[in-house]
Amino acid sequence: MKIAVLAKQVIDPETPLSAFKIDSDAKRVVTPPNLPPVINGFDEQAVEAALRVKEAQADVFIAVITAGASFAPDVVKKPLAMGADQLVLIEDPAFDANPNPLFAVDVLAAAIRRLGGVELVIAGRQASDWDNAQVPVGVAEALGWPIATVCQRVEARDGKVVVERVTPDGHEVVEAPLPTVVTVSNELGNARYPNMRGIMAAKRVEPTRWSLDDLGVQPREPAFELTDLRLPETAKLTEFIEGEDDADAGRKLAAAMREANLL
Amino acid sequence: MAGVLVLGEALEGAAAASTLEAIAAGRALGGPVAAAIIGDGAKSAAQDAIAHGADSAFVCEGGLGPEAAAAFAEQTAAASAPRVVLGAKALLDGSVMARAAYRLGAGLLQDCASVALDADGRLTATRPVYGGNAMAAFRASGSPAAASLRARAYEALERDDSRAGSIVPIEVDAAAHTRLRVVERVRRPQEGVRLEDARVVVGGGRGLGGPEAFAQLEELARLLRGAVGASRAACDAGWVPPSYQIGLTGRTVAPDLYLAVGISGASQHMAGCSGARDIVAINKDAGANIFKEARFGVVGDWRQVLPAFVDQLHELLSDR
Repeated sequence: MKIAVLAKQVIDPETPLSAFKIDSDAKRVVTPPNLPPVINGFDEQAVEAALRVKEAQADVFIAVITAGASFAPDVVKKPLAMGADQLVLIEDPAFDANPNPLFAVDVLAAAIRRLGGVELVIAGRQASDWDNAQVPVGVAEALGWPIATVCQRVEARDGKVVVERVTPDGHEVVEAPLPTVVTVSNELGNARYPNMRGIMAAKRVEPTRWSLDDLGVQPREPAFELTDLRLPETAKLTEFIEGEDDADAGRKLAAAMREANLL
Repeated sequence: MAGVLVLGEALEGAAAASTLEAIAAGRALGGPVAAAIIGDGAKSAAQDAIAHGADSAFVCEGGLGPEAAAAFAEQTAAASAPRVVLGAKALLDGSVMARAAYRLGAGLLQDCASVALDADGRLTATRPVYGGNAMAAFRASGSPAAASLRARAYEALERDDSRAGSIVPIEVDAAAHTRLRVVERVRRPQEGVRLEDARVVVGGGRGLGGPEAFAQLEELARLLRGAVGASRAACDAGWVPPSYQIGLTGRTVAPDLYLAVGISGASQHMAGCSGARDIVAINKDAGANIFKEARFGVVGDWRQVLPAFVDQLHELLSDR
């Protein structure tokens, strides 16, 4: 079985807030210096989900598709180091900083078709930059495949996929016929760290590089223009409660909250 | 009629609160608002929708899944030719807005905090991005344009039972559209009040150091007749079930009081609780982000602060 995993390179979401800067004229997040980008966390978990499927049965091939304006070579190779078999890179300036999900859908759906024989697509539930949560759904719609979103467990067998979807108060077990698209959430559990053997093996794998021409995809105008990007305003003045010791501060906090009618 | 189409759902015969919020957003755009309600008891839910501000409604009866809901959205959009399509981000399984927008050829902005129309009638919206580290504003280039709304971004309009509007049933061939099959639903029993309904929420985070501490938070929540939530770090560590998670990808709460213990206040967490009227934080790090949004704060070790706080609370509340 061939699995395609969609993985996006993003600015590290763990960037300390003090280093998170916005160029409001350019309406862009300033790439923090000395902080390398990462593979979107939910997408790493998508790689993990694919590897678990591969471990559970014979003859599974995992191709990872990464599309973007420019790549940090060691970063985008991480899924290979984790154990994926192929990396497809689609590098084009048309993926500029403005979100353009419909264009991403065109490109990724075309790449899945070009890979050929893909039966299962796994992606993260959303990317930690634009948090749009719509590209995997669009890919499923474009391919005419079903999609099960926000899963914490993915199994593929007997021509179908069985997933556990996270719901607000528990989970539901859902079946879909292959081919299908699945998105995963953090409830899946941590993605594995690449081991030394995986890292060495990944160094020897040459990524497959496809252009928009190879895929027969034209850039398209975004459906929405980004008109403003700024840091959120949070200007609450905190009243810090102090005491003789921590316990005393706790008692005084209760009194202060009572005084302010919070209790 | 080129108005607003709100995609909504019926829960046990009543319109979902998030559906009424989306209708209020549609009315804020100027309407007219057609509500497309799917689910068990959609017809009576449509009456709610109209009483709360919709001008007309389409209904599709039955507990149908997201695929049938997308087909229903397509059919109702064909019937109403909307300029704007709105709905709750969490509608059904959270995928319906994206499915519907793709089928309608509409651009979609997810999880919006506000929507408006500019002077040329184009949809504009603001939404948190980069895990809540930034706020972005967008303007639609074309029409129809779609936006999904954050929970509680809008307040439902007051019920007015004198309002009237047409309710049109729509038949959806669910079998033809449905490929996902729900085999089993596992619900964790709800103890006490639901997080979203709680007037007081007590949240615990990584700073608690382990699952044991949550027993103290549960006790505090009982005392305040509230509910307990957690940061993603505490959920990922397995200290509490995933359903406790408050944040961008978890639950959105807007209580009167949010008491955060051992929570640093990462943007993705604040995205789920910044609607609280007052935030009170206990954290050992004076530089923690949570203090930027807190009304009261204690910088200290929660192991010392919390028991004394709870004791004092018992005393203060005994005369209530």
